[in-house]
Amino acid sequence: MTNAGIDIGAKAIKVVILKNGQMLSRHAVLAGFDTRESAEQALDEALREAGLSWDNLEHIAATGAGRRQASFTHHYLTEVAADARGAHFLLPSARTIIDIGAEEGRAIKCDAEGRVIDFVINDKCAAGSGAFMESMARALEVGLEEFGNLSLRSQNTIPINAQCVIFAESEVVSLIHARAPKEDIARAVTDAIARRVASIARRVGLERDIAVVGGLARNAGFVESLKEALEVELLVLEAPEFVGALGAALPASD
Amino acid sequence: MGEQYWKWAESRWTAPDVYWTKTATVTAGVDVGSVSAQAVILVDGKLYAYSNMRTGSDSAESARKAMDWALKGSGMGLEDIQHIVGTGYGRVNVPFARRAITEIACHARGAHAMYGPSVRTILDVGGQDCKAIRCDAQGKVTTFLMNDKCAAGTGRGMEVFADLLAVPITQMGQMSLEVAEEPPPVSSTCVVFAKSEASALLRAGWPKNRVIAAYCSAMVHRIATLLNRIGVEPDLAITGGIAKNIGIVKRLENKIGLKALATEYDPQIAGAVGAALFAKTLLEKSRGGL
Repeated sequence: MTNAGIDIGAKAIKVVILKNGQMLSRHAVLAGFDTRESAEQALDEALREAGLSWDNLEHIAATGAGRRQASFTHHYLTEVAADARGAHFLLPSARTIIDIGAEEGRAIKCDAEGRVIDFVINDKCAAGSGAFMESMARALEVGLEEFGNLSLRSQNTIPINAQCVIFAESEVVSLIHARAPKEDIARAVTDAIARRVASIARRVGLERDIAVVGGLARNAGFVESLKEALEVELLVLEAPEFVGALGAALPASD
Repeated sequence: MGEQYWKWAESRWTAPDVYWTKTATVTAGVDVGSVSAQAVILVDGKLYAYSNMRTGSDSAESARKAMDWALKGSGMGLEDIQHIVGTGYGRVNVPFARRAITEIACHARGAHAMYGPSVRTILDVGGQDCKAIRCDAQGKVTTFLMNDKCAAGTGRGMEVFADLLAVPITQMGQMSLEVAEEPPPVSSTCVVFAKSEASALLRAGWPKNRVIAAYCSAMVHRIATLLNRIGVEPDLAITGGIAKNIGIVKRLENKIGLKALATEYDPQIAGAVGAALFAKTLLEKSRGGL
């Protein structure tokens, strides 16, 4: 049985091709002007890497905020369901899943079978999302990955008082003018995002193991800040930004 | 850096016919906000001079600049002012103030003086916050609600949009009214997300004024929610920079079914006016106590 899972996020579209529970390929593209077209492109590319064509696919499922745009799919599922399924597949001991994407953050609690028990979503405020880091990386004129590494090298904690990204931007500009080290500014930002994410994670309740997924899970600086904010061990899953797409590609267990 | 579209106009004013050398009280109020500062000088409780400036993050420096500008050309010096009260976000850092009083109390008292004693509800939308204040017939605060956590519904959000659309902020309100029909409001609350939404709308071919209208309408929704939570009792006064944005004022009036009172002065000085009135009361109290 060959399945494709497509996760249409605010910034990127991720595709996973799965055959009998084995991942054949995965591919991500930036979401373009035409979401449907971008999704088809991503799927084409993932199929090419797997050496397959559309005809080989038995089932295509879509998740993510823009999932309805992929009208060629057979099935839609929510991000929460897809995350839980994907994380449970990679790490069956996961009971809490924290997913931080470009414009959304969520914390999910699930049982030993990967069934969702409870979840908390933030899709209203950029402060707990990747958009925060992107806007600050622009202000500091560094790439996202470098931003995370800078944060890891910081020796000093500078608090950012503002909760709002827009207000925090002015604070960061003031810090730049005051010649604060870039490392410390980057750390201040990852700490600020982590604080917001920690507050939604605590609302759902933290039960081990705790898996971190989504694009921001790739950012070592952010993960370190989140570890400190939550004071728990966190497990970053493999290819964390593809976990939602993987969950969509997995056949429903029921 | 190109043109800075968010830059709103500064202002300064001196009363043409007030003589202060033989008067009982000369008091001042300085309101130091996150992006602006105002200084107001009162002579026997009457408006004598004021300034309204864009400022930086150094509160003491902002206070000094605003005071200097208000005094400039008035013939008065700082030493002639008998009592000064500081207010606003940076109020504890006003170097020459003898007291600091919260901006909530100052806005209520100032609006009551500027817009008249019929004011019972004050909406103040500043650079980084939005306040809904209820007061009694004496201009004393009875209750208030405030958002200073999120840029949505504050002047900063409008500034971000002015820059995004390359439209001077002073024209945003008028432009937003030049639409054939009201578009649906921008659906994101967060200014960061609203920005991406606006970019998508522009790409989809929306003209700028329609995008501004959609943002104004979303902002009004946000402000009205705050007002409705506290309850609007007439009359309503709108203070702060947003009072100069006709696109917001008109839409808000329609939404809550109430016209806001007008003032001939700069609506951004209400907090400083209140502070200067508190300074007058404090001065008279200290004299009475002698």
